[in-house]
Amino acid sequence: MAERSFKAEVAHLRMGAGETFTGEGILAITKALLECGVGYVGGYQGAPISHLMDVLSDAQDLLGELDVRFEANASESAAAAMLAASVHYPIRGAVTFKGPVGMNVASDALANLSSTGVTGGALVIVGEDYGEGSSIMQERSYAFAMKSQLWLLDPRPNLPTIVKAVRWGFEMSEASHTPVLMQLRIRACHVTGSFVASDNVSPPMPVHAALSAPKRDPGRIILPPNSYRQEASKYTERRPAVLNYIRENGLNEEFGAKDGKVGIVLQGGMYNGVIRALQRLGLADLYGNTDLPLWVLNVTYPLDDDAFLAFAEGKDAVLIVEEGHPDYIEQAFRSTLHKAGRTMPISGKDVLPMTGEYTGQVMLEGVTGFLRAHAPELLPADRRSPNTLGPVEMPDLSEVVPIRYPGFCTGCPERPFFAALKLVEQELGMHQVASDIGCHHFSSLPPFRIGGTTMGYGLGPASNAAFDGGGERRPISLIGDGGFWHNGLSSSISNAVFNKSDGVIVVVDNFYSAATGGQDIPSSRALNVSKKTKNPITKALKGVGVTWVRQIDRTYDVPKMKALLHEALTTGHVGPKVIVASSECMLNRERREKPLRRVAIDNGRRVAVPRFGVDEDICTGDHACMRLSGCPSLSLKTLDDPLRDDPVATIDETCVGCGNCGEVADAAILCPSFYQADIVHNPRPLERWLAGISAQIIAHLQRRRDAARLTFGGQV
Amino acid sequence: MNDAAPLRARPAEPAQQGGLIKLAVMAVGGQGGGVLTGWIERLARDHGFASQATSVAGVAQRTGATIYYIEMAPSEGGAPVFALAPAPGDVDILIASELMEAGRGIQRGFVTPDRTLLIGSTHRALVVTEKTVPGDGTADRDAVIVAAREAARDTVFLDMERLAKDAGSVISASLFGALAGTRALPFDDNAFEDAIRAGGRGVEASLQAFRKAVSAVRDGEDVVGETARIVADTGVQGPPDLVGEWEALMARVAALPASVRVMAEAGMRKVVDFQDTAYGGEYLDHLGDLTRLDDETHDWELTREAAKYLSNAMAYDDVIGVADKKTRAARLVRIAGEMAQSDGQLMRLTEYMHPRGEEIAGLLPWRIGSWIVRGPGRLRVLDRVVNRGRRVRTDRASGFVTLWMLAGLRRWRRGTLRHADEMAHVAAWLDLVRASVADDYDLAVEVVRARRLIKGYSDTHARGLSKYDRVLGALAMLKGRDDAADWLRRLREAALKDEDGEALDGALATIGSFA
Repeated sequence: MAERSFKAEVAHLRMGAGETFTGEGILAITKALLECGVGYVGGYQGAPISHLMDVLSDAQDLLGELDVRFEANASESAAAAMLAASVHYPIRGAVTFKGPVGMNVASDALANLSSTGVTGGALVIVGEDYGEGSSIMQERSYAFAMKSQLWLLDPRPNLPTIVKAVRWGFEMSEASHTPVLMQLRIRACHVTGSFVASDNVSPPMPVHAALSAPKRDPGRIILPPNSYRQEASKYTERRPAVLNYIRENGLNEEFGAKDGKVGIVLQGGMYNGVIRALQRLGLADLYGNTDLPLWVLNVTYPLDDDAFLAFAEGKDAVLIVEEGHPDYIEQAFRSTLHKAGRTMPISGKDVLPMTGEYTGQVMLEGVTGFLRAHAPELLPADRRSPNTLGPVEMPDLSEVVPIRYPGFCTGCPERPFFAALKLVEQELGMHQVASDIGCHHFSSLPPFRIGGTTMGYGLGPASNAAFDGGGERRPISLIGDGGFWHNGLSSSISNAVFNKSDGVIVVVDNFYSAATGGQDIPSSRALNVSKKTKNPITKALKGVGVTWVRQIDRTYDVPKMKALLHEALTTGHVGPKVIVASSECMLNRERREKPLRRVAIDNGRRVAVPRFGVDEDICTGDHACMRLSGCPSLSLKTLDDPLRDDPVATIDETCVGCGNCGEVADAAILCPSFYQADIVHNPRPLERWLAGISAQIIAHLQRRRDAARLTFGGQV
Repeated sequence: MNDAAPLRARPAEPAQQGGLIKLAVMAVGGQGGGVLTGWIERLARDHGFASQATSVAGVAQRTGATIYYIEMAPSEGGAPVFALAPAPGDVDILIASELMEAGRGIQRGFVTPDRTLLIGSTHRALVVTEKTVPGDGTADRDAVIVAAREAARDTVFLDMERLAKDAGSVISASLFGALAGTRALPFDDNAFEDAIRAGGRGVEASLQAFRKAVSAVRDGEDVVGETARIVADTGVQGPPDLVGEWEALMARVAALPASVRVMAEAGMRKVVDFQDTAYGGEYLDHLGDLTRLDDETHDWELTREAAKYLSNAMAYDDVIGVADKKTRAARLVRIAGEMAQSDGQLMRLTEYMHPRGEEIAGLLPWRIGSWIVRGPGRLRVLDRVVNRGRRVRTDRASGFVTLWMLAGLRRWRRGTLRHADEMAHVAAWLDLVRASVADDYDLAVEVVRARRLIKGYSDTHARGLSKYDRVLGALAMLKGRDDAADWLRRLREAALKDEDGEALDGALATIGSFA
């Protein structure tokens, strides 16, 4: 079950023609897919399109009613491969994943799909994880469109345009027999807005109907001589067909005056940013009306050379607003101009940065720079010749405000594992540790600072392959349960067995694809009516030939984790040593159990709720526990005591009583300040009676001691 | 250059830009910034405004910093084009759900004197790197507040977290209330409350927190930091003869120089609480000795600092002390309060303890204890017997009695190995102080302060001792230098920066290079 439930929002997906749909971009896409008569949907979760998978998953009843098949694919590659259903059959299919990591993984299938071509519309919704809030390497998906001749939609980031773009995507795919990518940046996925809905449409041919009437077209097989023909048709048939569609349906939009002397060509996704810059320069109003000619590319690949030349006609200069690098569009249009024998100046990466997100400030400076060079009379006086040099001097807080690294959640079951690893390293020395993608990658940040590389999802152990031969200290690699099933079992594990790796592999199993929002995966232990879960990782490991497998089902047992790691690092066993460290993601667990606990308490059942605390007068403020925790609920407070210099540890009420503090204090022999307090709701009569007796004895002993010494009111 | 006709002027000033309002929420992932954003958006939409919100889903953020962004404008036909993210110098209202996030907003230029109203919560959610510093690594709160007053058009600072908690709610509700309280948005309080009601979850508690924040802002409350707590009355209780002895000690404290008294009283309370009144007497003897080396021209700084660090040194952290603190009546009351235990509920208490051979040897009479410690084999045997994690249930009579009896060893504490070690250490430390004071008063004060490095238990304690030794080991190199005290201070600060003493090594290497 995913972290965020969209059950309530899914009701909006049933809206009919004329109703106004209000919500997030992700939901609008889902609605648009249903309105377009999509026959099957799938994908692989990852920011920023995780919620699209969650919405689809939560909408399974509706999808069933409409005869739409939903598949939770194993990986982006598997998702792209699923689009094969649109090769021979006139069925619309859509999959989603993040770019460019997902695009990288999917590129094999996408290259084949684009060569063979499609009959039904095939749409890939790519969540572009670029700029602020991204957790991956910064690249563009654009090159994939160019190399495979896929068409790339980059719609203006508002709901009506995004919804239209979904329909365009299917139609241009069918018109040109080519799969289409639709790219949405992070904030566009989560932008809110409204659009007027249409009725949902069942697919004219549902996927099961295809099974009753199988088809094969030999011309679509990717073998010589077809493959050469397919390559040629990309340029002779498909590209002209899609350009026709783009022109006839006005996918690229022109705004502003026709006769302006300077103009801006921009990616659709940049539209709001460009308009905001113009608004701030007094060149556009609230509604985006401007006299400056704008040519908005809702399709950024293929580029329409003729339309560009027409736009450039009579202009003194054109600015190209293209986020990220390389500057494919600028290069292309410079080449177009050159071939046409034109010398009009093109501006782009000269006034805008080559790399990084085009934020408000960057856009303002870029557009201003362009206008200052080519049409300074358009700029307001204060921009043309500012009286002040640069921005006003603001207070400098760079030495004050600390970086807020993301980290493990309160009660995370991965924390005790990394605490154990850090303690083992204190004994055996530092090790070569390779990380993977997933929550456990936070271990590379403070306070643990473990692991130095990530090479891709499920590739943690594979990235340690050069060290498989072993050495003085064994290489350690990490892989999450999500990465394990995505790709890790074959690429990382079975090949470690095959190559007789001497390494230690730790599968960090939290029962979900947790970092992407808690989606179920094959080894999830929850009951999922539409999926077969509970497939143990250890069985898979043994199946591919791992003979040294250790399973731990309570990662909070730090001494045991320590002992296991120690054993794995020192055993004489030949071949990979694999530890499966399993405990449920606390975020998911709390979300499920908290309401149940509340009901149980209300119904008078006995429930013990644990929480940890720190004796502030025993804590000496050395913060050793912090360096093995990083838990958000374990923090510091400054005491009123004039005798104390350093703040002491404190645990707030968000503590879920996972036990890590006590376990680590014990395993690392830190200090006796931690205690666990279990509040017992609705205690049983016998329990209450026994507790009463203990309390009396305790009170008596306390009185007795206090009678013979001084006590101070303020001292606790 | 070109000869195009000038464009029609479009209104640029925010007030003229169709009433466009730009609002950013700087939050910590997991704080519920999404709820607040949803309320603000609904508020605008339900009252004739077009509105757009964006966020970065918390999946990759977890506890990192994140920004929610909302724009709104009166909808008079047509769809406004809103930006998707805040831009520096272009934010009307910035809500910071944590103090350092307010600082981050200022740092990123989202707070400017011409337009920005900054609504900030003064509470802190410490970042990991502030917590892991062995000394005090917490960021400077005042610097952010001072900067905010300078950078913003207007500021409202309140502890929104406390406000919300007191109402049984979460911070989104009090921030929403503060926003209403400022009247910065063109909607009345009822409209705000309707937005909360429409949200549907935890409505009553949210409304309470909301209203408290509204009135806190309207009443002009602007609390900077935490209000200082009034130190509880520390009246002494006990058998009359002991109270009499205490009063005699207090009379001696009263005879100390005025600037030393407050610290000495606190220190004496600590050592008497740790052991007995005779021990308090010893403490005052030491202080008295130091006053003879001190004088008024230095405002008795040496003695005052010694009053602090000597009490900490004398009230060292041993097994007896821990057991004593864990078995006091007041502790149970405190924990029950912290855990919000109510009538009809029971509380189980489990202590996590892990004594090593060293601690147990320290507890033995010094003759036996030092015999064990002198032979590594003997210590190893003892360690093998005792060294394991022990979970003690102090809500049960059985577990409690164990600790209570350990605490009762207090009357024999002076005979233990640990006590002998600690007293020898204190004596050596005070000797160093005395040896420095005549030549370099400031250096002597720094020698006193180096004692701050010794804290923690077991390995942490050992590391602290080693840092202390390394810092004071530099004394020989520093003596005679004009800036010796300053260097010793720097060494202490370096030692408190990281666990392994890397900064300290660097500082020591620098001093080594002087020679």
